[in-house]
Amino acid sequence: MSRARWLAEELGPPLAGVVGLIAIWAIVAAVTDSAAIPSPSVVWSAFLDGIRDGSLPDAAIKTLIRLAFSFVVAVVSGTALGLALALNGFARRAIRPIVVALQITPFVAWVPLAVIWFGATERAVVFVAIVGSFPSMALATLQAIRQVPPLYERAGRTLGARGWSLYRKVIVPAALPGVMAGLQQAWGFAWKALMAGELIVAAAHAGLGHLLDPRRGASVPTLFAALAVIVVIGVAVDYLLFGQLDRRIRRRRGLLVET
Amino acid sequence: MADAIHTLAERPSAPAEPKLALRDLVVMRRTASGETITATDRLTFDVAQGEFVCLLGPSGCGKTSLLNVLAGLVMPSSGEALLDGRPITGPGPDRAVLFQEPALFPWLSVLGNVELGLELTGVPASARRDIAQRWLANVLLERWADAQPHELSAGMRQRAALARALAADPDVLLGDEPFGALDAQARELLQREVQRFWVGSDDRKTFLFATHNVREATLLADRVLVMSAAPGRLLEEFRIHAPRPRDLDDVLIARVVSEIHTLLMQEVDASVAREMAR
Ligand SMILES: Nc1ncnc2c1ncn2[C@@H]1O[C@H](COP(=O)(O)OP(=O)(O)OP(=O)(O)O)[C@@H](O)[C@H]1O
Ligand SMILES: [Mg+2]
Repeated sequence: MSRARWLAEELGPPLAGVVGLIAIWAIVAAVTDSAAIPSPSVVWSAFLDGIRDGSLPDAAIKTLIRLAFSFVVAVVSGTALGLALALNGFARRAIRPIVVALQITPFVAWVPLAVIWFGATERAVVFVAIVGSFPSMALATLQAIRQVPPLYERAGRTLGARGWSLYRKVIVPAALPGVMAGLQQAWGFAWKALMAGELIVAAAHAGLGHLLDPRRGASVPTLFAALAVIVVIGVAVDYLLFGQLDRRIRRRRGLLVET
Repeated sequence: MADAIHTLAERPSAPAEPKLALRDLVVMRRTASGETITATDRLTFDVAQGEFVCLLGPSGCGKTSLLNVLAGLVMPSSGEALLDGRPITGPGPDRAVLFQEPALFPWLSVLGNVELGLELTGVPASARRDIAQRWLANVLLERWADAQPHELSAGMRQRAALARALAADPDVLLGDEPFGALDAQARELLQREVQRFWVGSDDRKTFLFATHNVREATLLADRVLVMSAAPGRLLEEFRIHAPRPRDLDDVLIARVVSEIHTLLMQEVDASVAREMAR
């Protein structure tokens, strides 16, 4: 298949969906004719204004730096915890319920505590993003390892893998697709938690979430533009990075049904 | 050729130092519902160094269980499993296992699978590639070295697994119905290959295969052990001295096949009757 055709087949359907959504939005905006729902073109010019005066790129960069930091911390600590829980039955029974509790706690609930502990600071925002995402990473890693088919473990052991080499060479690689799913999920949670944190912990720590803050008195089109940027970044990373990585891993293992 | 078959009653003197030995081996398994099942019941037999032995027995008689004990994956409930006279406490590089499924690792290429086996047994990195490629050539897969396991046919996968198992040069090859899931042609090819490796290995390796296929056992083995229905005990033993490669049309081989088959069918019928009576 040629690269152009591949792109067309790959990107065609999602693009059609986006175009359809914008069309519906344009119609709704035209019909309601209200300041609360600006038309796509008005939002587009607000977006261009935001780019021109530097406020949008500025906010996006601040946000992405926070995100990268929180995500890396969450993934490293979550994977390590998941691995530790898989290795040790006592730790698993003692700690897994706590991680599950963290996982089902709405991340927004952490914002007030974070502000009390860290003040209305950058650290509070990053804390919320980490707490919001590392439990799902830990649980996904644990789950992925525990679902490795026993046959692989037995084959690995009879081939001479023991203890750590068994984990490094057999169990962890076998669990990789599940860990990838956890990564993708943790990304979603980190992104959402970070937005909530930035929105609530306003105090001069500009970020994309901060642009949504009604207290800033931003115009509605600007708000829409910021929202659009947030959505686009979130989807792009999810689809282009994790989605493609996941597909590549699955294809290599014959887990992907080609259509 | 008259003495091509020996049975338990006329067993010749046992070899001095068996490679593998089971002494009153009892393997109990606990099912998820809490029931305790006796998989093998005081099973005793030897396998001599360089011998090719096939295990036959009704389904559920404990073949997999006893192979798992010899592989070091399952501990005996009582009795002993010995390798070179020493109790087996875990898996080791001296034994390789062929499972019913090839159990190739899907994240590695075919070559990568063979190389990993070598790596895990401590073969230095510089030597792995050559050995792995040679073994893939041995099983006629050199063209598929860079393929992923899922891109191979079932027969090719099992050949790759055979290459992975033998590449690390084990003393003993344990097979748990390794060709059970293959079609007749792939099965025949693998049987031939296995025979070739067994005959070709200098100082002859020791092979112990469980199978459901009486013809396969008779074609391959020096000795066929027939197990009773569960819990498995040793029922009868057939020594086959016919030269290799063997031909199923050979009168003698045909006779052994039918004799073993009759015995096995009796045992299967008996076990079904016992099940019904419960
Ligand atoms: N992991 C296990 N947990 C519980 N019971 C088991 C387990 N493995 C085997 N068993 C039981 O042990 C008995 C012997 O099983 P085994 O798999 O050794 O028989 P087999 O001779 O290999 O049978 P087949 O020819 O069908 O493969 C059976 O009754 C089975 O239910
Ligand atoms: Mg079995």
